[in-house]
Amino acid sequence: MAHKHDPNEKVVFVGDSRIRKRDYSNVTPPDYTAFPGKSEAFIPNFLLKEWMVGVVVLVGFLVLVISEPAPLGYPADPLNSAFIPMPDWYFLFLYQLLKYPYASGDYIVLGILGLSGLPFISLLIAPFLDTGKERRFYRRPIASSLMLVSLVAVAYLTWVSWNHYEHELEANGQVPEHIERKIKAEEAVKAGKPRPVPGKEKIPAMVAADDPAFTETMTQAQCIACHGAELEGGGAPALRGIGDVLSKEELVETITNGKGQGMPPFKETLSAEQIDQIATWLSQQKAEAAQ
Amino acid sequence: MFKNMYNWIDERLDITPMWRDIADHEVPEHVNPAHHFSAFVYCFGGLTFFITVIQILSGMFLTMYYVPDIINAYYSVDYLQHQVAFGAIVRGMHHWGASLVIVMMFLHTLRVFFTGSYKAPREMNWVVGMLIFFVMLGLGFTGYLLPWDNKAYYATKVGLEIAGSVPFLGDYIKELMNGGTIVGAQTLTRFFAIHVFFLPGALLALLAGHFFMIRKQGISGPL
Ligand code: HEC
Ligand code: HEM
Repeated sequence: MAHKHDPNEKVVFVGDSRIRKRDYSNVTPPDYTAFPGKSEAFIPNFLLKEWMVGVVVLVGFLVLVISEPAPLGYPADPLNSAFIPMPDWYFLFLYQLLKYPYASGDYIVLGILGLSGLPFISLLIAPFLDTGKERRFYRRPIASSLMLVSLVAVAYLTWVSWNHYEHELEANGQVPEHIERKIKAEEAVKAGKPRPVPGKEKIPAMVAADDPAFTETMTQAQCIACHGAELEGGGAPALRGIGDVLSKEELVETITNGKGQGMPPFKETLSAEQIDQIATWLSQQKAEAAQ
Repeated sequence: MFKNMYNWIDERLDITPMWRDIADHEVPEHVNPAHHFSAFVYCFGGLTFFITVIQILSGMFLTMYYVPDIINAYYSVDYLQHQVAFGAIVRGMHHWGASLVIVMMFLHTLRVFFTGSYKAPREMNWVVGMLIFFVMLGLGFTGYLLPWDNKAYYATKVGLEIAGSVPFLGDYIKELMNGGTIVGAQTLTRFFAIHVFFLPGALLALLAGHFFMIRKQGISGPL
């Protein structure tokens, strides 16, 4: 400060200034005697220890993050009827609960209000329901046992839901999409190709597009309704380039008996000869031949 | 130099009592794991906060690349995951942190419940804590849709169907969240706004209340 000032003078406020000038030269440290035993100050003593716990957690967490990349499946497709819905794990118990007949359909009011709403509301206002002075859990049998029963129920429902999902996957011969995608990406990279970006793959052009197997048989059999007018895919996978993936025998098998949930069998609608023609034509759909 | 700067500010704003209060408050023996190992259960609140901070920071970085529309959302996440330097780590932290924060919060809630710490005079803090719990679940639900892959899409669809089956209000809730009648473009932008602005705002306000009450009341005494 340029002008002459008494260096010991504190800023003095006049008028209605709300800042009070206090003197901290003789503050007594806060009292640590309210609790028995060895108390310590939050900063720095305790915070340093807490930070050590935090660092251990952080290291474990980062190891998980690095070793297990966050999953990503295929782009959302509202027409995909075969996809098995899967909420995040901490919602599974609710998801499962609301599947039971007495908690859904005609009983949905019971399921939502009684079995889900009521417990959550009780939890919200727990201090006003459990007003006793006793704090030790073994002296509060009602509150503690209600909580323990709920915990067991939540764990059980979560387990059932997950188990159910695994079985459904197995029954449909499906692999979770993020795993399938990862495997495919790894294969492509190993084969020296660029990592495929789902939905942005270049589909090979059609080979022998004027073959009657396509223009007549496949068109009449409605293959294009699902696989796209140019076999570019849509509700069902693209069939251009399918010759690189499936052999002729596999194609015959797929068309005759269907595949998964979406692909119908054609053994009733098409003759073995027609299926053979289609399979022959499809097996020629190779990326190399298309160039 | 810093001391002078500090004094200059302190003279004008009287900031010393604010941080002295936080720094000097006592941490009693019964919650200090250095004295009683079993007191580690009292760490879960602090760890929840730690992971919450990780979520907020990693989320801020994610929004630098994430694009909330149905055509680009998936590809922006894919790009982030595979092309951006450290993108996989930032996304991984946010993804796994979202689960970990629920676990920690759950353990913290159980600690408070089984030590009976929600009893008078701490009823209000328990209620605020439960509201935090619901906000966290809301963050999990809205965040799950954002990558816009099939898992996200169908989980949101069944989630909103369940919301729609709530008696009387269900249809309104569902339409409000959907931004229409289907899970689509509107749903994604809505969930994005809720996930990134509405709920974190509510969370921070609730956390401020939570911590203020803990400081005012002190930690509950030994059992
Ligand atoms: C009702 C819609 C529908 C029709 C009609 C249909 N498909 Fe399909 N197709 C699908 C679906 C869905 C799949 C994927 C099945 C799966 O992988 O779970 C599929 C899969 C296939 C596959 C295997 C593709 C692969 O990558 O594994 C072939 C080959 C195929 N279809 C050929 C045909 C032919 C030829 C016809 C006509 C005769 C036809 N499809 C008619 C829906 C259909
Ligand atoms: C983001 C979520 C949360 C954070 C960051 C958080 C943080 C904290 C912290 C740091 C404490 C100090 C004691 C301790 O660490 O154990 C605390 C105490 C407390 N928390 Fe939480 N908490 C959260 C959620 C909840 C929830 C979901 C509840 C219960 C419904 C809850 C109820 C309480 C109560 C009642 C206390 C006082 C306990 C006592 O004095 O012994 N909190 N919280």
